[in-house]
Amino acid sequence: MDYITIIIVALFVNNVVLAQFLGICPFLGVSGKLSTSMGMGFAVIFVMALANFATYFINQYLLIPYQIEFMRTISFILIIAALVQVVEIVLKKVSPPLYQALGIYLPLITTNCAVLGTALLAIKKDYNLLQSVVYASSTAAGFMLALVIMAGIREQLELVNIPKGMKGFPISFILAGLLSLAFMGFAGLVK
Amino acid sequence: MKNSSYFLNGLWKENPTLVIVLGTCPTLAVTTAAINGLGMGAATTFVLVFSNLFVALLKNFIPDKVRIAGFIIIIATFVTIVDLIMKAYTPALYETLGIFIPLIVVNCIILGRAEAFAQRNKIFPSILDGLGMGLGFTLALTLMGSFRELLGNGSIFNIKILSANAKTILLFIMPPGAFLTYGYMVAISNYIKSQLK
Repeated sequence: MDYITIIIVALFVNNVVLAQFLGICPFLGVSGKLSTSMGMGFAVIFVMALANFATYFINQYLLIPYQIEFMRTISFILIIAALVQVVEIVLKKVSPPLYQALGIYLPLITTNCAVLGTALLAIKKDYNLLQSVVYASSTAAGFMLALVIMAGIREQLELVNIPKGMKGFPISFILAGLLSLAFMGFAGLVK
Repeated sequence: MKNSSYFLNGLWKENPTLVIVLGTCPTLAVTTAAINGLGMGAATTFVLVFSNLFVALLKNFIPDKVRIAGFIIIIATFVTIVDLIMKAYTPALYETLGIFIPLIVVNCIILGRAEAFAQRNKIFPSILDGLGMGLGFTLALTLMGSFRELLGNGSIFNIKILSANAKTILLFIMPPGAFLTYGYMVAISNYIKSQLK
């Protein structure tokens, strides 16, 4: 599988939010405003690429040689949680402006199931190191794409009169359903 | 609060799926059929009950600063147990649920209950709370799976309900159908809540 295919599939065809249902909580939680959704999107791209890089080595040089693959879930979640902490500390020290922009989103990412999900899927698909990192960054970019589109629509939705029972979560789900329907049109892009 | 109210809380008043809207990823992903919803619900209930039990047991030994990491290790342990049990005894269901079994670790309901309930309460109420929340989650998932299976496939729990030549709406077992069904279910439960007041 070449890299272009991996990128297109991860961005459009198998969009992480709209087709694979990963990372729905932040998708609904931070898609209220366009600016916050951009910040969250960049933070996720950064952490996800790093997480796949780290989990690849753990899997290849620790779990497989010692035949303890059943420890995958527990070791990956710890790696991701630790990684998020390290990224937070390093950013704070090295680049305060970037920390200002991404800082508040970082703790939220530990519980973003898209990060753990993508790390596990990359191993299921037998990707090598570079493929795994490309896959993670384009999946995260797909997450950002969905998030930004959703935020754009929801900003407009503020001005619309919505029936009382449909306010909040229900209308967001129905919006996401329509977006997902639109994204199904990409299915023909790759065989 | 009486013991029964700890249990009933999760079933309706604070139903994790329909009222608090947590753990949305597995809810949307696995409910293509009623049996998948039931399987996912059962696995989550098991993890929820045991993680609540062990958090309540160990709450005095876990330092406050690293409690989240501690809770995650407890939860991940039970997820690994469920993962291995399902792989051995229900291989077909294990294949269908796929990646969403290890992802029970990051289901916000479980960490949420550990943080909001089990670490502040005694052992017995924590077990009841986990059981109630788990069953509330299971019921909502099974209901949603039944709707989607009926509309998309004409059956519930693999039993044909509609006649063979009835037209089914395939969309409902595809991703957009998940979002639409969930949206309308939350809207209906909001409506029922407002009528009961």
